[in-house]
Amino acid sequence: MAKRIETSGLSCYYGNTKAVDDVSITIEPKSVTALIGPSGCGKSTVLRSLNRMHEVIPGARIEGKVLLDDEDIYASGIDPAAVRRTIGMVFQKPNPFPTMSIFDNVAAGLRLNGIRKKADLQDAVERSLRGANLWEEVKGRLDKAGSGLSGGQQQRLCIARAIAVEPQVLLMDEPCSALDPISTLAIEDLIAQLKDRFTIVIVTHNMQQAARVSDTTAFFTLRGPGEPGHLVEVDATQKIFTNPTQQRTEDYITGRFG
Amino acid sequence: MTVVTALDSASLRSGHHARRGDAVFRWLATGAGALVFVVLGAIAVFLVVKAVPSLRADKVSFWTTKTWSPNQGSEAFGIAALLFGTVLTGVLALAMAVPVGIGVSIYITQYAPRRIATLLGYLTDLLAAVPSVVYGLWGLYFLLPRLTGIQLFLAKYFHWIPLFANPNNQASVFSKSVFGAALVLAVMILPIVAAISREVLRQVDPAHEEAALALGATRWEMIRIAVLPPSRPGIISAAMLGLGRALGETIAVAFVIGDLFKISPHILVPSGNTIAANIANSFGDADTLGRSALIASGLVLFVLTLVVNLVARYIILRSDTEERSAV
Amino acid sequence: MSTADASLGLRNQSIRQASLPAWSLAAVTVGAVLLSLLLFATTGFAGDADFLVVAVTVTVLAIASLSWVVEGKRRAIDRIATNAALVALVVTLIPLGFVIGYVIKKGRGVFGWSFLTHSLADTGPLQAGGGVGHAIIGTLEQVLLASAFSVPLGILVAIFITEYGGRRLATAVRFLIDVMTGIPSIVAGLFVLAFWIFVLHQGASGVAAAIALAIIELPIVVRTSEEMIRLVPAALREASYALGIPKWRTILRIVLPTAATGITTGVMLAIARVIGETAPVLLVAGNSNYFNNNPFKGEQASLPVYIFQNAQSSSTFNVQRAWGAALTLILIVVVLYVAARLLTRRNQLARR
Repeated sequence: MAKRIETSGLSCYYGNTKAVDDVSITIEPKSVTALIGPSGCGKSTVLRSLNRMHEVIPGARIEGKVLLDDEDIYASGIDPAAVRRTIGMVFQKPNPFPTMSIFDNVAAGLRLNGIRKKADLQDAVERSLRGANLWEEVKGRLDKAGSGLSGGQQQRLCIARAIAVEPQVLLMDEPCSALDPISTLAIEDLIAQLKDRFTIVIVTHNMQQAARVSDTTAFFTLRGPGEPGHLVEVDATQKIFTNPTQQRTEDYITGRFG
Repeated sequence: MTVVTALDSASLRSGHHARRGDAVFRWLATGAGALVFVVLGAIAVFLVVKAVPSLRADKVSFWTTKTWSPNQGSEAFGIAALLFGTVLTGVLALAMAVPVGIGVSIYITQYAPRRIATLLGYLTDLLAAVPSVVYGLWGLYFLLPRLTGIQLFLAKYFHWIPLFANPNNQASVFSKSVFGAALVLAVMILPIVAAISREVLRQVDPAHEEAALALGATRWEMIRIAVLPPSRPGIISAAMLGLGRALGETIAVAFVIGDLFKISPHILVPSGNTIAANIANSFGDADTLGRSALIASGLVLFVLTLVVNLVARYIILRSDTEERSAV
Repeated sequence: MSTADASLGLRNQSIRQASLPAWSLAAVTVGAVLLSLLLFATTGFAGDADFLVVAVTVTVLAIASLSWVVEGKRRAIDRIATNAALVALVVTLIPLGFVIGYVIKKGRGVFGWSFLTHSLADTGPLQAGGGVGHAIIGTLEQVLLASAFSVPLGILVAIFITEYGGRRLATAVRFLIDVMTGIPSIVAGLFVLAFWIFVLHQGASGVAAAIALAIIELPIVVRTSEEMIRLVPAALREASYALGIPKWRTILRIVLPTAATGITTGVMLAIARVIGETAPVLLVAGNSNYFNNNPFKGEQASLPVYIFQNAQSSSTFNVQRAWGAALTLILIVVVLYVAARLLTRRNQLARR
């Protein structure tokens, strides 16, 4: 049921500055695609263009197309809010709503969509928390503040919150970079489970993580100093990390730069 | 003197001199801090001392009497009507100013394009720069005549709400009223509420705004679930500080409120007075005892505004410690 | 555990969304205005302000209803919220325009050089002419005296709180300063009345007003100075100490100059605030129709009291003069205010 994302000539701008140039990539459903590359090369910008979060920044815009199962999400007549519900996002620093309980955090998106009946909410919250591998740890304190959890737990809470609204795609922007290694492993295990239900795109600056977690890897870098970022190579993870086609990909993988 | 030359001369002097300079400065600064204690203490003491004679001479209960004639020979005065009027105008002004203040600060922080947001902020703050006496003048000559239309409308169609009743069917052109005073006060405290609310809203962590948007929230929904809840204590505090200001405002109210000493909920007709306005208006004709009584009323006002301000601080304090313990 | 199969039906929701085109909003606005005009023509309502209120309400309601039907509940509520915030903005700015505009309109007739330099010494209440010169002198002297006392003291207290106070003492003083900000200006006036005039038997004078104004000005100066001093980066202080510069020199030569612009702005805003204070001055400086350049002796006029005394006079000349005084006062305050803001902006630009 998860959908395919396809970009065609995607360029991202902040005002008049082009940050990312001409990205054309296909992200297969029910798979994990990793976007890797040195800092500042536009991976997060590309990620945010996939669910129309990029345009939230004043002056930011894109050119080109982003197709969700053949539907251009930037076409007129498309509701950006609906796009963001269907293409969910988890951020680098866990950000549960500070004044809400764990239950309310997970239910937030559901309530926005008009689901009010207590029974429905309770079922959905439990499903989401189980789906995020967090249920057993918090089932006794759903009414406590979300901010009282550990970093790894908070991130899983954010994942539960995101999957509660039944998205087709899950975008993850360096989800583990603020976490300790144990929590990171827990999230990586979770990603492996989640890919049965969702299309997942993950930005990571940790190559080993990309190698562990993803089916497909896309390597981005800057053309030169002051230039926009662009897509160098995208292929099966196995191939990228053992036998890449492009020299620059190999340089990055082997640590010669970045 | 640059840092480097300061170093040179400092190294030439003995450490003793430096320590002496430090000690002198420390004494100066501490003395200043102590002076604050002294000044506040003096204010409290002198007010009480001067208020007492009239309280002793008062032939009726200070707290429950409504009339005010404290001068020699007829010492009968009480603060009941004044206190009621003060609180009523303050609360009414708050009811009008707070929604608008929150609304405009939401507009400036969430909706306005960056470039004009700062300008709008300055303009809103400019409202606070206008002196209260000018507000009073404006209230009397500009606002009151234009209010009669609304006052008549409300009295005609909504008189079944006691607030808007018009028992004597008055309709004089320059009709001073609690409503007029509350409206002028609302304009005066609006910039205070707006400025503080703006500061509070600006402190919201953008990460939470993003989280709400990423769930597919509309802009208002994002404001509702991610911006407003953490800002609530700050906004309440802003409202309380606005209330404190309204309670103590003297001159603007003195211009437009009339001077009847009654306890009456009818805000559309001349029907009340505030402690502060009464002091300003009665001061000229008061003899020694009368002035002492006015000081007594001022003391009550002081305590009232103090309580309101303390509540505002307490709310902020509690929300700060709550946040810290949750993290 | 096949909870993954259960669904709330959100999965397959379309991302398409019917949207109100821009022309429809314009059309609805025009229609609403016409409707309001019709309403006003047929019923007994009258008045421009009332019409505006009705027209705006009808427009907002119409857009909201249309949006509810076409775009759905969530988008409709979003539109209502946007409109409500905009209305709040307009409601805030309208009084500003009205107040300043009305004062200019009523005051500019008498305004002029002669108005600013003459007093009421030679002008009776039923005569034209005269001016506020004596009141301007009075206000300036009173405010300058008040500032001469409260600004250095205020900065010292701010230094105490930020640099020298132990945690509990600093908190206590800051608390007291907050209490002082809450003192209604009339209570400050009453205090000076009780203390200076009743107990010390000094007569009404300019300096009495200055004391009351200083009480009001002090906490404002402390607050802003404290904030500005806090903004000075700790790294700057530490670098200074590491060079062996004693604390008091660090404060004088490094911390204060860095915070100087911010403190100046704060002082200017505090002065703008107290210049317009009427209540305390009314109580203890009295009033006068003559030039009294000595604030230490005798009653002294001031702009706010001038306005207060003349505003409700039965003589139109007095009232006109009151408006002229109001215009003068507003001009001074606005100039101070704008200058303070420009100073802030220049400082910010320089920092970048």
